[in-house]
Amino acid sequence: MNEAQLVGILASIMAQSAPLILAVIGETITERAGVINLSLDGTMLIGAMAGFVVAYKVSGSLEAVGIAGDTIPVLVGFAVAALIGALAALLIAWGSIRLKQDQVAIGFVLTLLLADLANFLGQNYTRIPGPRVTHLPIPYLSDIPFIGPLLFRHDLFIYLTIITVGIVWWWLFQTQPGLQMRGVGERPEAAFVRGVKVNRTRYLYAALGGALVGIAGAGYSLDIKLGWSDNHILGIGWIALAIVIFGGWRPVRGALGAILYGITKAVAQILQSTFPEVPVVLFNSLQWLLMLGVLLLVGSEGIKRLIDISPRWLQGPLAHALRVAPPKSLGRAFIEE
Amino acid sequence: MRVELRDIRKYFGDVRANDGISLTFEPGRIYGLLGENGAGKSTLMKILSGYQAPTSGTILLDGQPVVFSSPSDALHCGIGMLYQDPLDFPPMQVIENHLLAHDDRLVLDRGGGSRELEQYASGFGFELDPRVYVDTMTLGERQQMELLRLLALGANVLILDEPTTGISAEQKEMLFNTIRRLAHEEQKTIIFVSHKLEEVQELCDEVAVLRHGKLVGTQSIPCPTSTLVRMMFGEELPRSTHKLHAAAPTVLTVENVTIRTYRLTVEGINLELHEGEALGLAGLEGSGQRLLLQACAGLQPIHSGRILLCGEPLIGKRSPLFWTPWLAWAFLAIRTIWLIVRLLNGQIGGLQMAGGMAWALLIAGAIWLVSTVLIAWTSQSAYHVFRQRGGAYVPAGRLEEGLIADLSLTEHMALVSPESSFVINWQRARDEISRRIQRYNVVGRAETKAAELSGGNQQRAMLALLPPSLRLLLLEHPTRGLDVTSTNHIWELFEERLQQGTAIMFISADLDELLERSDRIAVFSGGRLLRILNAAETSVEELGHLIGGQQL
Amino acid sequence: MKDNLLHNLWRVVPVLMAVGVTTALLIVVGASPGVTYSALWQGSFGDYDRTFSTLAFWVPLLLCAVGLLVTFTTGLWNIGVEGQMIMGAIGASAVALEVAAAYPDIPGWVIVPLEIVVAMIAGTMWAALAAILKTRGGVHEIFGGVALNNLAIIATNYLISGPWQPPEGGSFRGTVPFPRHALLPLLGNTRFSPLSLVLALIALLLVVLALRGTSWGLKLKALGKNMRSAFLLGVSSERGAITAMMLCGALAGLAGAVRVLSWFDSLRQSISGGIGFLAILIVLLAGMRPLGVLVISLIFSGLLTGGAVVQLRTQLHSAISGIIQGTLVLFVLLFGDPHRVFRRPQPTVEAEAET
Repeated sequence: MNEAQLVGILASIMAQSAPLILAVIGETITERAGVINLSLDGTMLIGAMAGFVVAYKVSGSLEAVGIAGDTIPVLVGFAVAALIGALAALLIAWGSIRLKQDQVAIGFVLTLLLADLANFLGQNYTRIPGPRVTHLPIPYLSDIPFIGPLLFRHDLFIYLTIITVGIVWWWLFQTQPGLQMRGVGERPEAAFVRGVKVNRTRYLYAALGGALVGIAGAGYSLDIKLGWSDNHILGIGWIALAIVIFGGWRPVRGALGAILYGITKAVAQILQSTFPEVPVVLFNSLQWLLMLGVLLLVGSEGIKRLIDISPRWLQGPLAHALRVAPPKSLGRAFIEE
Repeated sequence: MRVELRDIRKYFGDVRANDGISLTFEPGRIYGLLGENGAGKSTLMKILSGYQAPTSGTILLDGQPVVFSSPSDALHCGIGMLYQDPLDFPPMQVIENHLLAHDDRLVLDRGGGSRELEQYASGFGFELDPRVYVDTMTLGERQQMELLRLLALGANVLILDEPTTGISAEQKEMLFNTIRRLAHEEQKTIIFVSHKLEEVQELCDEVAVLRHGKLVGTQSIPCPTSTLVRMMFGEELPRSTHKLHAAAPTVLTVENVTIRTYRLTVEGINLELHEGEALGLAGLEGSGQRLLLQACAGLQPIHSGRILLCGEPLIGKRSPLFWTPWLAWAFLAIRTIWLIVRLLNGQIGGLQMAGGMAWALLIAGAIWLVSTVLIAWTSQSAYHVFRQRGGAYVPAGRLEEGLIADLSLTEHMALVSPESSFVINWQRARDEISRRIQRYNVVGRAETKAAELSGGNQQRAMLALLPPSLRLLLLEHPTRGLDVTSTNHIWELFEERLQQGTAIMFISADLDELLERSDRIAVFSGGRLLRILNAAETSVEELGHLIGGQQL
Repeated sequence: MKDNLLHNLWRVVPVLMAVGVTTALLIVVGASPGVTYSALWQGSFGDYDRTFSTLAFWVPLLLCAVGLLVTFTTGLWNIGVEGQMIMGAIGASAVALEVAAAYPDIPGWVIVPLEIVVAMIAGTMWAALAAILKTRGGVHEIFGGVALNNLAIIATNYLISGPWQPPEGGSFRGTVPFPRHALLPLLGNTRFSPLSLVLALIALLLVVLALRGTSWGLKLKALGKNMRSAFLLGVSSERGAITAMMLCGALAGLAGAVRVLSWFDSLRQSISGGIGFLAILIVLLAGMRPLGVLVISLIFSGLLTGGAVVQLRTQLHSAISGIIQGTLVLFVLLFGDPHRVFRRPQPTVEAEAET
């Protein structure tokens, strides 16, 4: 395999991982604000279905009036998916904040319900071709050796995903509103005392995170795994949830985790084609074994022991860089006076 | 700015936390707010600082009535409160804590904020590093940080809620000097909430005394202690006599124990505890006494050294089946070797080898799983062993760690009864708990749920659930937040156990309690056991200085 | 008194809301609610045949729900119940295909109990794995469950397309059919096994007795309410978690055996039928009430079997039954408690705290 092929594979991994990266970022935001959105899998499914179906229909109507092209339908599709994602997350947040119910329970029921809704409503639109995100290589930049094809020969969705990672990182750690949001997730009483509107913040970021998740779902049906079919991307939401934990609730680490996952899948595919006699079982199970492995690494004493054996002066910063503790108020409602 | 509270009332259902209190605070003076736990001090200050709204009554600033919608609202008007447990963000850095909700600018200015922080800090003689993470700081340092934040945001009225609990003598000195400067030089109003008479007398210009939600009266300082005592309690505080116990067999031995955690290393602890003896553990929060207490209960693993309970080391009992997982590895190894041999002999092909390996892995995995489950079943944690040998550990968080909120007292009884067979005898549990409720004066019935009891009764319930005879009783802050009557009654119960021969080791932040109730006091500072003193031969001042790391 | 009456009347409201929303959905999609609902009813209890189908579906659902009662009491989210059921089915299939088929002389009354025992062991072990991952590995049981579920499904697919593939090859929907005598005794022409119902009811009874009347059950309850306090009071959280999961796994394994030995006659790809997840919904809906679990699982089973008929008659996706079930549980979860919906200002914990 020569260099061009390697770069090509890496670029394709980047592209394929983009929706997952977006979903991980979205859920990271939601959980940082203190809300667990367990409906991730269902939301992504219905986001994928709705994004595709809406784009398909809009494309049909526009063609009827003589406007061709995929851009507008795709945009509308993404917008609708974002809306649905936001609503799902808001429902969980509302159920928790206003009705004091268990976020995990609501999220779980919602994930099943949304999956069923997606299959039900999408059944007439399975396996048909539809609009897709247009390929958009950036002139000049895409000709730079190595980095060019890797980063600049994709489409708008992927560019925006990369930009989103950067924006979210900046927002979270370099701005006042992001700082306040983190405070809400860590210790809502202290944030409240400083005048931060705790519940409003939770609603806002839950909705934002949910919107990103919805867009991520649509990113599959409109870009990576085109079209719709029954249970199209089932299971990817759970992987996203695990990666959020693996990423320590940080956007950049989470994005890296998603890419790592993409690399694993690609490696599995390569191995599968190189050794066709080995039963498919092995490669399919790889992603789930990886999920367990990653969570074991994070959950067990491994990281703590690593910190314990490091020199004293390093322990503090190391603990915070490798931080694996969730935001302290995750999952709990806050009673405002 | 002149602050006036006019007829403030705060009712929680039937409970009258504040019952018509009127007070005035002038700038440039230090006011003490005295009262026993439960008198209503914190509630009143929470109202003044905007955290709660009063049921009725008004707050006037310079004669103008104001209504605060939130604490930050109050801070805008210049009133800031420093909580006993500062409301900061432990997982974040000092600078982030300082900047959160500091101003409206979008982008954080860490450089500018750090400079501002360091300037303020040096002005008061505080040493704060903006990049440090708050969860590694001591309580005193966190207080300083919060104080600076309030001042930087323009607080003119500072309310300090029990600020001296858990800080060193040195930090207390610094705090008092700061307070005096803020009041007398910068004309700020300081309200110092406490239940400690000596400190109020040392620091304040004027004092207001609350009792049972009402204002008893105000006094100028200096003023005789007995006056204040009478105002606080209505009568002289009975000083309980403490009996010293003769030498007796050793119950607990701690030999050269070191405990390592991410935040703290506790090194070289040596102590002994005898039957019928009460040992108090003194120290600032985070100095290691809690870690030691938990280690003695088997709840905290130790890095080196030994802990002996009644002569036997306190370690978990390893399962007799601990070797069984090796069966799995052995099986895997043998099978793999066998497969390789057959492969090399040409008897099987590569694919069959892979298939054979897969099966071997599955079977090894199954063996490993079964053995792990069996091991989990037959091993005993150190805490389990501790309980079996006659130890008991009573945590500080009554509903968080000690009792189960939704379960009734009867269910708690059934849960802890050792002789309960597989099938529960509910009648017997009910009878037993009813007996204990009587004996321990718990206000509640057998069916009452733990969450429905008041704080003092929860503490009594926890004690009622303990086995009747114990070798070692470990207590974490046994009387925190309780009023004097409850405290006295609980210590009577402890005295009974001491008479029976139980050894007691307890943590308390109340130096008076330590002096009154212990035979000996072990003083902790910065992860080391400084000294073990005889309670009768030391004083509050000496303890306070030792805790801060100063030797007298 | 009046409060109680209002409380009970209010229970109907979320149900009505769910029905309302589903009806609206049907209208939006252009289907006739009337036709759909009648198809649903006929498909579930319309005639003897359908009724027995509903009952046959009910048994594994009930078994899983009973098992989940145990894990929910312990405070665990045993999402892995699906995988445990599948492993049970695999276990029973292994006996059926490797023992019964290979040694056809062994009589049915030896084979069937053997299948059941192996199935329960398989389910138990799969659950124990999830439990150990949690207690020793720090992997939350939700993630462990999801991963193990998928691994079980992959194992099933492998077995169907590999070692146990039907002789004619083809679509690989299922394995070789099992020998007749390896199956559970069925009632007439139906796919319902009365024996399985008896076992399920016995399981329900035993679990209820265990949870309410034994110290083991009380310990599980304590763990579920407050794990730290329970530990300090002397309950071993690891043992509690493992035993609870193992019991649920055993019952789920039994459910899998019932599925593969009565409803089907071979191991299929659709062996789980989403029963595990549905059982979770049932327990969420019923609270911890055993009678509720009994009745609601029957209703849900009806919805499920009815859904298949709806698909035949109306071209609607059979997921409609899932939608009805999902909205029902969702609305009951959200709006089922009138106290929380119409919030009255309550004395907060502040009142208890020392002021």
